[in-house]
Amino acid sequence: MQIEFTLNGRLIYEETRDDETLFHLLRRKGCYSVKCGCETENCGLCTVLVNGVSRLSCSYLAARADGCDIVTLEGIQKEAEEFGSFLSAEGAEQCGFCSPGLIMNVLAMEKELDSYEEEKVKEYLAGNLCRCSGYMGQLRAVNKYLSRGENRNEC
Amino acid sequence: MIRFKNYVRAESLEEAYNLNQKKSSVIGAGMMWLKVQNRIKMTLVDLSGLGLDGIEETDEEFVIGAMCTLRQLEIHKGLDGYFPGLFKECTRSIIGVQFRNGATVGGSIFGRFGFSDILTCMLALDTYVEFYKGGIIPLEEFCSQKFNRDILVSIRIKKDGRRAYYASSRMTKTDFPLIACCVSAADDTYYVSVGARPARAELAVISRKEEADVKKLAALAAERFRYGTNFRGSAEYRKHLTEVYVKRLFMALNQEEG
Repeated sequence: MQIEFTLNGRLIYEETRDDETLFHLLRRKGCYSVKCGCETENCGLCTVLVNGVSRLSCSYLAARADGCDIVTLEGIQKEAEEFGSFLSAEGAEQCGFCSPGLIMNVLAMEKELDSYEEEKVKEYLAGNLCRCSGYMGQLRAVNKYLSRGENRNEC
Repeated sequence: MIRFKNYVRAESLEEAYNLNQKKSSVIGAGMMWLKVQNRIKMTLVDLSGLGLDGIEETDEEFVIGAMCTLRQLEIHKGLDGYFPGLFKECTRSIIGVQFRNGATVGGSIFGRFGFSDILTCMLALDTYVEFYKGGIIPLEEFCSQKFNRDILVSIRIKKDGRRAYYASSRMTKTDFPLIACCVSAADDTYYVSVGARPARAELAVISRKEEADVKKLAALAAERFRYGTNFRGSAEYRKHLTEVYVKRLFMALNQEEG
């Protein structure tokens, strides 16, 4: 079937199989930041923004993306680089496989939440699994990233 | 993973209903649980274009569209105002936000899954389900019915003054619940719902007059359910947890009353 959607700001017309997932479609379109870790909707590696909302592309039908605005890490390089610098400063990355999904969800969280208490942040990011970092470095990076505005004001 | 040949975004409930009468068709809601099933179907009927994704509040009830997501349920101000913290508590441990942005209330309720937090929670409230052809029936009655091929349109929670609390136990933070309990109270009656036993949630209605001591009353409530054993826990352990959690929920309700 033929679908039409916006991918990282570009209008795309694409032929897709009826039961193809958005994850496979995005990989076909060259969005290699979108990764598949579990395929059981647990790991959060395949997180993308669909109409501004974080979704698991491994369980989202490509057919449903018709008319939607899809954003992957490739479409938000500037924001991703900024948060990425906090991750590297905290030594929060090892293999880096989970980072694109985490970054997408952190950016979605930043837009959605109005305050960032630690428990709220942990709860929001519970769907992003990491097998090697132990989460502490990531959490430090997320907290520092979210409070960067306050630090600027202090300076 | 589910495979199918044709994807149809239904343009009306009538179209969805007619398409779903064939055994080779399946309704696609959030596609979270459906997607991981090893099934082959001819047609997937998508309800996402039917405007069933809102929560409407009236003086008498909340009408939750079948395609409303668990995240909407979690953060809806009206629901949180009437049932403080209840839906937040019953949804917050379900995988992650991305998952809850996809999983639908209708999918959880229609599936009547044994692990469902949502079903457990709503069963303790005065909840009804609305079907396209079958009309409106109490959720408890629907839970005892066999699977049908009707279309779930909405879930209706009556504002009957019940106050409710929810608690669950999990082996890890985002796992399926090992046991899930919800207790609501109205006048002299407790409505105790227990799910993940590991069977489908059931409801027990208990009068406060049966026993003054909450510990004994919780033990009485726990006796009303059957428990099973799986790799998450034994039947005995589940029963013990039910007694503990139901007692805590009774106490929370009593404390609220002062």
